[in-house]
Amino acid sequence: MSFPDAARVELDKAQQRRNLRKATTTIRAKRAAVVAEVPDWEPLRDEGARVKDEALHDLATHLERLEVAVTAAGGTVHWARDAAEANALVARLTRAAGSDEIIKVKSMATDEIGLNAALAAEGITAHETDLAELIVALAGDRPSHILVPAIHRNRAEIRDLFEAELGETGLSTDPAALTAAARRHLRERFLRVKVGVSGANFAVAETGTVCVVESEGNGRMCTTLPDTLITVMGIEKVIPRHADLATMLTLLPRSSTGERMNPYTSLWTGVTPGDGPRDFHLILLDNGRTATLADPVGRDALRCIRCSACLNSCPVYERAGGHAYGNTYPGPIGAILAPQLAELRDHTALPWASSLCGACYEVCPVKIDIPTILVHLRSRVVREQGAPPSERLAMEAMARVFASRRRYEAAQRGARLAGLAAHLPGPLRTWSGVREPPQAPRRTFRDWWRSR
Amino acid sequence: MRIALFVTCLNDTFAPSAGRATVEVLERLGHEVVFPEEQTCCGQMHANTGYADLAAPLARRFARVFGGFDAVVSPSASCVAMVRGQYPGLVGETVPNVYELSELLVDVLGVEDVGATFAHRVTYHPTCHGLRGLGLGDAPLRLLRNVREIELVELPEAETCCGFGGTFAVKNADTSAAMLTDKLRCVLDTGADVCTAGDSSCLLHIGGGLRRQRAGVRTLHLAEILASTG
Ligand code: SF4
Repeated sequence: MSFPDAARVELDKAQQRRNLRKATTTIRAKRAAVVAEVPDWEPLRDEGARVKDEALHDLATHLERLEVAVTAAGGTVHWARDAAEANALVARLTRAAGSDEIIKVKSMATDEIGLNAALAAEGITAHETDLAELIVALAGDRPSHILVPAIHRNRAEIRDLFEAELGETGLSTDPAALTAAARRHLRERFLRVKVGVSGANFAVAETGTVCVVESEGNGRMCTTLPDTLITVMGIEKVIPRHADLATMLTLLPRSSTGERMNPYTSLWTGVTPGDGPRDFHLILLDNGRTATLADPVGRDALRCIRCSACLNSCPVYERAGGHAYGNTYPGPIGAILAPQLAELRDHTALPWASSLCGACYEVCPVKIDIPTILVHLRSRVVREQGAPPSERLAMEAMARVFASRRRYEAAQRGARLAGLAAHLPGPLRTWSGVREPPQAPRRTFRDWWRSR
Repeated sequence: MRIALFVTCLNDTFAPSAGRATVEVLERLGHEVVFPEEQTCCGQMHANTGYADLAAPLARRFARVFGGFDAVVSPSASCVAMVRGQYPGLVGETVPNVYELSELLVDVLGVEDVGATFAHRVTYHPTCHGLRGLGLGDAPLRLLRNVREIELVELPEAETCCGFGGTFAVKNADTSAAMLTDKLRCVLDTGADVCTAGDSSCLLHIGGGLRRQRAGVRTLHLAEILASTG
């Protein structure tokens, strides 16, 4: 379903509308408060963008440095061109470790490649350990927010789900009780499962250090308890220097959860004998990123650090919700990332899923000019995929009218401007559904000007 | 100061009173306003709908028509944002010097009191292109605060988009309607009888919604309030 059709369905979900409104309003206020505390926030955003650009503009060099550093620290680096290669690698490494199950840290990259389903097809069970991801997985649902994947669910639904799926009885809807139930369920898996799988927020080329940022401590468990740790990271996550983490770790939590610092920041460099996993594998995932890098305007989307501030500030996301985007990455970042990482032809409606209000650009910690990229992608869709013929005709007709004063004034006189607009795909009907149509006054401005 | 007016195709055809008011305010302040009659459209709709190929000739045309003036004023933040933001990519170096009305008055001419009187309860919606596209800040509000007899009430969630977004209102009509509903609720909560803004496009959208609901609230372009003398 394309975005407008999916949104029509989602907009009627009253509970989801209320949840989204409440959650995004709260987090917007929290973000604004902690950002206001940082006197040099704007220069910091510039620096964040610069750090990411430095790595992206010479990506091969930075990735090779990362590979050398990780290997020197006792890890193994693998390169995956696409989802299938990455999934096959994880399956092979899991089996080589003698396991048929994995515990997972919440990760966008593994969602993007559909890792859980791919492993299931190979007879390997993936256990999500992030509370919201667990809820989504137990319900056979899809995440609808980068950071708060179960934002569309309420507590009563979660209680019912835990009673049905985790064998709990007599649970209350109290968040502490629900969390405790999840903890009982997860703890046993943390101690049993021998393979952990994570994504990465950052990876430092200089040192080979991988960084995962989280709130619940499940990530710390997954990256320290298992014998084998497999990290799947998009190649755009590399940053040049260890010192750059100072910038990124100031920007990320404040933009993301509206906290000064997130509760758990795990950093590891290869393997350390006697401490943590014995085997560390880093899978560098391309999956459309190199192709995205070839677009000089669109490539800025690869700076994204998945903070989700753009989702929380987006009036379209707040109302339509994450599922309407039909893609791993929802919201404004999804609207510019999905059409680039996958095939443009599969996501032709997404660049229009925005009123271009600019709220996303204003909050983005790495200054991705999302509205400009949206407009650029609209042009690419029209150019490469073709527009509906009626729209193209109307646009060409209006361009001809605007190209000549004589035609323009004739169109004004004959109210032909409104008439031409009627040839756009059903616009006057659509417009008049909820609004009175604009009436052109008898005298135009220029009529008045000439008469004074 | 001699100022060229870019009235915009939308105002010219659908909201001529916003253009007239712009002329009246500037002339009252002693400036000479000229209206190059060759002007048509800045190409914003084409550019933002994905037709950069059709927008480029319109942008070049605009640059020809307005290239000779020291200052161009427009009662439309979104068209000014189009010229400032997208013209460099379409026409290169020769981008005319275009100002949004409140920006010209407050930042360039240094005027905050334009000598207006308007005895109504008014709420102001800062449009996205004015607020974030041009960074107008509180320039429009400073002008409004100096209007005699006005009762200015703050709009809740003012900075949230009204849901117009050009062809967005057509291509994503349902989401646009949901955004409009929330904006109308905020406007009605103020108890104002006039909702004003610096963009006629957003006002046609908000005003169309208000009229459809028979809400009894008018929309007026900012320029019309500034031109009012009682
Ligand atoms: S695009 Fe910017 S604001 Fe949105 S998730 Fe990425 S980094 Fe955050």
